Amino acid sequence: MSGVAERIRGSDWTLADLEYWDARIREKVAEFGLDCYEQEFEICDHHAMLAYMAYHGMPAHYPHWSYGKAFEQIKTMYDYGVQGLPYEMVINSDPCLAYLMRDNSLCLQILTIAHVYGHNDFFKNNFNFRIATDARETIARFKAHADRIRAYIEDPSIGAEAVERLLDAAHALALNRNRNLARRRLSPEEQRRRLLERRHRPPDPFATIHRREEVPEPDLSRVPLEPEEDLLLFIRDHNPNLADWQKDVLTIVDEEARYFIPQIETKIMNEGWASYWHHRILNDLDLPQGLHLEFLVRHNQVVCPHPGSLNPYHIGFVVWRDIEERFGRDKMFEVREVDRDVSFLRRFLTPELMRELDLFTYRPRGEHLVVTKVADEENWEEVKRELLRRVGTGNIPIIRIHDADHRGRRALYLVHEHDGRDLDMTHAEKTLGYVRELWGHDVYLETRLRGKRALLAMTAAGFDAKLLN
Amino acid sequence: MTVFRPFSEADALRSDRSAGDRKRHREKLRRAIRDNIADIIAEESIIGRARDRIIRVPIRGVKEYRFVYGDNEGGVGQGKGDTRPGQVVGRAGQRGRGEVGPAGNQPGADVYETEITLEELVDIMFEDLELPDLERKILRNVLSERVARRKGYRRQGVRAHLDRRRTALQRLKRKVATGRVAAPASPAGTGEEPRFPFHRDDLVYRRLRTDPREESNAVVICIMDTSGSMDRLKKYLARSFFFLLYQFVCTKYNNVDIVFVAHHTEAKEVTEDEFFRRGESGGTMISSGYRKALEIIHERYHPAHWNIYAFHCSDGDNFESDNEEAMRAARELCRVCNLFGYGEIKPMGSHYYESSMLERFRELGADNFQAVLIERREDIWPAFRAFMSRDREPVEAE
Repeated sequence: MSGVAERIRGSDWTLADLEYWDARIREKVAEFGLDCYEQEFEICDHHAMLAYMAYHGMPAHYPHWSYGKAFEQIKTMYDYGVQGLPYEMVINSDPCLAYLMRDNSLCLQILTIAHVYGHNDFFKNNFNFRIATDARETIARFKAHADRIRAYIEDPSIGAEAVERLLDAAHALALNRNRNLARRRLSPEEQRRRLLERRHRPPDPFATIHRREEVPEPDLSRVPLEPEEDLLLFIRDHNPNLADWQKDVLTIVDEEARYFIPQIETKIMNEGWASYWHHRILNDLDLPQGLHLEFLVRHNQVVCPHPGSLNPYHIGFVVWRDIEERFGRDKMFEVREVDRDVSFLRRFLTPELMRELDLFTYRPRGEHLVVTKVADEENWEEVKRELLRRVGTGNIPIIRIHDADHRGRRALYLVHEHDGRDLDMTHAEKTLGYVRELWGHDVYLETRLRGKRALLAMTAAGFDAKLLN
Repeated sequence: MTVFRPFSEADALRSDRSAGDRKRHREKLRRAIRDNIADIIAEESIIGRARDRIIRVPIRGVKEYRFVYGDNEGGVGQGKGDTRPGQVVGRAGQRGRGEVGPAGNQPGADVYETEITLEELVDIMFEDLELPDLERKILRNVLSERVARRKGYRRQGVRAHLDRRRTALQRLKRKVATGRVAAPASPAGTGEEPRFPFHRDDLVYRRLRTDPREESNAVVICIMDTSGSMDRLKKYLARSFFFLLYQFVCTKYNNVDIVFVAHHTEAKEVTEDEFFRRGESGGTMISSGYRKALEIIHERYHPAHWNIYAFHCSDGDNFESDNEEAMRAARELCRVCNLFGYGEIKPMGSHYYESSMLERFRELGADNFQAVLIERREDIWPAFRAFMSRDREPVEAE
């Protein structure tokens, strides 16, 4: 390739440098037994990088104003030099696609390349990604989504405004879907059979010794038969007034959410794993002293605590290192395959590590957020429990459809599985508005507010919230 | 084998994929601001501020909503290694503080407020308003803008206006005309074409003409009651109203004169700064303000040449003895002005026991008169709209 040796303006490296270091890193990758997809790097300037970040790294993505907003937000952070802005963006695809920022120094490029191989291995081997996504189709699928949505926007009988409205509503509900992707969705027929089997079990010869719980006759006319977590898909399949293009848009939004669930579920593990490997590999590379010193500085910037919040790079890195010390390298490879953040932390976050990470819980008191418990002898379990509730998809409230014909008026009855945390009312009101828009009839949401059962209603008369007995 | 795709300047220049979505987002921001304008205007802090001041405006409507847990649910955080119970680690009500996620796949911090300059805000406010019935007066047009326009070409001119393309074309034409092109340039081997230099006749210059854009004259006369009965709240309401008016005029017209008249029993022409800041005491004689305005119009702004807009804010607590005179002066003002407006400032309920000019002024019956009642901060914007909107729907007094 011509121009390979040409120094890129303003930077201290050439493409040949990157290829040299990449080859050396790949040797290490093979030596350590990481198992990666083919890797592709694209070098881009910071503007393109911000755009990739706004569009989840996808080379093609459908348009929506929220991505413009994301761009502006990321750009603001970039302009103000907020710490923690990533040097890299990598997407779960086969071949694995990553972007390198042109303005970064050689040391950062080397670090990033090694880091990317860590993610690459994780994408290929972690069960969350394996079952949920088909990496070979990622880019083509997002491109197809973009093409379809653009076609709807350009269709004179639909238009940009209608598409935007629908996307607004669909985005609001996208993450209220089944998060446990290893669990197969039962068809209505299978659900029916399961309900009937539960009711009509074979006679129990020991019935006189211990009584079995009485199961009432299931109501098979009920829709849904069992509480339903997939809001968008349920509405798509049960609102007869949706046009084909609307159903397609709901499908597209749901598919994207499905694609991102593994990343949300493994944020800490994934970043920790990549950080562990860039650290391990770069230490093994015999970097020249100048590069090595910069590497130490950069590495510490990546894996430092962000006071007041949680830095997944830091937590993940610390836990992985501890696993290696206590159980050895082989155990690490096993864990990276079978765990996600919740199980990973539950199994391997020890009280000692929690103290090293200085984890604490906080609550608002007046104007301030005040530390309530730290990970000391009495309270570490409590802090850990709180942490586990918040990692992965734990921060997304679980909302299920219990009835699609509430009071015989086709109203949708939702139930929030309350786990001690109340919903934000402003968000709930607006989001219920979106549900009603998609469903086309009234919507109710049962939840708990300050310990009491409450019913939120979004009807033709507007929003209403009242406490139930 | 790893693939490295090098950076391509051309690709980077060509593609700005987020441009459309950014534009749409900004449109939504703007609309959100416009929808909340009444709330924002009612905020005391923006009245009387410099135009380049940056204000924080709360934004609703560009947030992305989904089911989320409330702010008061607390959370888990990391410290620097010495965190103790009871320690303050942040401010409440700032969701997602500091959570700059790497890959952008998590719902991150949302912008609740945006910063815009007052100037921008004013622009947005007045986007859909225009001064009413701006007649084009034939005489004495103000040169509002001098725009240099290209108008044809000429042979002489200054170097900066040289049109190189046309000049080169002229030279080519001449070259063809001399027949030199057709003939093979020169015997093979020398490889050199005889020089064919530019001639003075080839030079073509652009002709520029300055076009004065003609615009009608307008003068806005702001009259305010600064008497003792105008208490803090009333003055504040009046000031807010004039502030809007002033900003509006500054936004829409480059060459509009503004006159400020402050009156109690006597009237004085004052500067803008004095107008918005000074407080006086004493009784009220509305007629004095009107007389002063008429005097100014008479001296400087002849109605044949100027579009005149006069606005008066008062609490209507006029001396009984002055009412007749005030009516006469108001009638006169209606005659010379395109639009004469009266805003009566009556904080909630006080119009039951204080005297009012609203009823009296209704008797004026002039088409170009508009009276509104301002009872509280929230009335300012609708009252202003009533003043300014072209269809001039009367605002209900109650």
